[in-house]
Amino acid sequence: MFGLLDCNNFYVSCERVFNPALCQKPVLVLSNNDGCVIARSNEAKALGIQMGTPAYQLKRVIEREKIHVFSSNYALYADMSGRVMQLLESCVPAMEVYSIDEAFLDLTGITQLTSFGRKIIQMVMRGTGIPVSLGIASTKTLAKVANKFAKKYQSYQHVCLIDTQEKREKALRLTNISDVWGIGHRLTEKLHQEGVKTAYDFTCLPRAWVRQNLHLGGLCVWQELQGEKCLDLEQEEMEKKQICTSRSFGEMVTELSVLKEAIATHAARCAAKLRKQNGCVVSLVVFISTNVHRTDLPQYWKSQLVSLLVPSDDTREIVTAALHGLEQIYKQGYNYKKAGVILTEIVAKVPFQQDLFDEKNHEKAFRLMQAIDQINGFYHECKIRLAVEGTGRRWRLKQEKRSLCYTTNWRELIRIRT
Amino acid sequence: MNKEVKIYSAELHAFCALPFADKGIRAGFPSPAQDYIEKSLDLNEALIKHPASTFFGRVVGDSMKDCGLEEGDILVIDKSLTVYDGAMAVCFIDGEFTIKFIKKKAGGLWLMPANSAYLPIQVTSENDFMVWGIVTYSIKNRHKR
Repeated sequence: MFGLLDCNNFYVSCERVFNPALCQKPVLVLSNNDGCVIARSNEAKALGIQMGTPAYQLKRVIEREKIHVFSSNYALYADMSGRVMQLLESCVPAMEVYSIDEAFLDLTGITQLTSFGRKIIQMVMRGTGIPVSLGIASTKTLAKVANKFAKKYQSYQHVCLIDTQEKREKALRLTNISDVWGIGHRLTEKLHQEGVKTAYDFTCLPRAWVRQNLHLGGLCVWQELQGEKCLDLEQEEMEKKQICTSRSFGEMVTELSVLKEAIATHAARCAAKLRKQNGCVVSLVVFISTNVHRTDLPQYWKSQLVSLLVPSDDTREIVTAALHGLEQIYKQGYNYKKAGVILTEIVAKVPFQQDLFDEKNHEKAFRLMQAIDQINGFYHECKIRLAVEGTGRRWRLKQEKRSLCYTTNWRELIRIRT
Repeated sequence: MNKEVKIYSAELHAFCALPFADKGIRAGFPSPAQDYIEKSLDLNEALIKHPASTFFGRVVGDSMKDCGLEEGDILVIDKSLTVYDGAMAVCFIDGEFTIKFIKKKAGGLWLMPANSAYLPIQVTSENDFMVWGIVTYSIKNRHKR
């Protein structure tokens, strides 16, 4: 059997751990730049606030309902996620961390699944303060379905087990096809045309039709919903094939010099991530864009591919390449809102082919990069950076309501009155 | 015959840390210390039993000064432990974190300070109260320059 464990309103729950006064109050967490809603407490959901709503549209209701609003604090959320996963790891034979707030659990050989599930939930709650829900079924896709029920209906007490045909059918009849894991927007439309509304309707389609029209991906979902296992836990942490850093600016930017600072900072961040996974970049893409929501302003979006002569993990080379790309695409006269760098082709660091004309002292560069990573790692922020990255005053994120980094910064520990 | 020659650069970047107890290699007479290689002590290991549920906090105020807690001390707090009579606990009461000794009496739950200038606090159903975690260690800087 598989379990899918999901943290309830995860970002909001993290904020509540360190600020228990927020319990039972409406709370929202906003995306980077305080742009739109990315997490809601149940109380905020009850007020009708939708995921993705831009913050400025909510000004009135936030004031009227005294909603507590936070900028996203990813350092805190990532640390709390690690703690939840660590606790889970200690009590199941195997697991797959699926996202920052979800994990698939291998529950093979465990009897009394419901009470085992309750124990896990209690342990996570006690150990971290994060409330979680668990769905259990014979396939990953059904475990996802079960999880939705565990979350939605209080009577399950956070654990929903689908272990019989009747339960499976009942759950699928109550599940919209668009809510099924692996059924995207396009597949939903296609299935609606076939008259499929619920997950149950989908399982009633003939296998041959599914296979022919939805191909293997669709067939896999169909089988999994029937209870036939198609997907296993993916335990190997996959090395990222691409690394991306992009941000919206706090305010609109017009000059090349400011864009250069942003692109250099993003490229340096990518380089640090790249070194963490022992990779070297072969080619990268730089992109800049104006604000798509401001239809009153002239629009521009452009990206540029840059190849490096020799695969590299050196911040200086990667930043130089990225800035070169930026210069190709920058146009005067636009208000830019976003810029980013994507490392598109990454190779393993060893052993790469040497360029005959490469005269660089790789050993020295390696030691420099290692020293920078260590110092920046120690301070949890980029204390050492290239001058071209600037200070970011003109473009850095707006994070006006970020809570403290209680678990990752010695200067921001919770303060406890005696 | 068509042979392809590829040139690779030597990889000098991989580290492999090994415990160091080498007194020089002499054939026939291995170092007597060789059998006693152990890793060095890690303070985390001594102070933190449940890493996933251990948090740190910073002391503010003087109501616990008689038990040695002073402003600026670092608290090691384990959230997974169950509260017991006499525990030094981080509590959340009416909107604020506070650290006190827990006293269970017939009359209910009391939060006991360690400073005669402060009164014990009785926790009633009126209070918005929770025990947030149990203090396992406190760390004080003795090197004041």
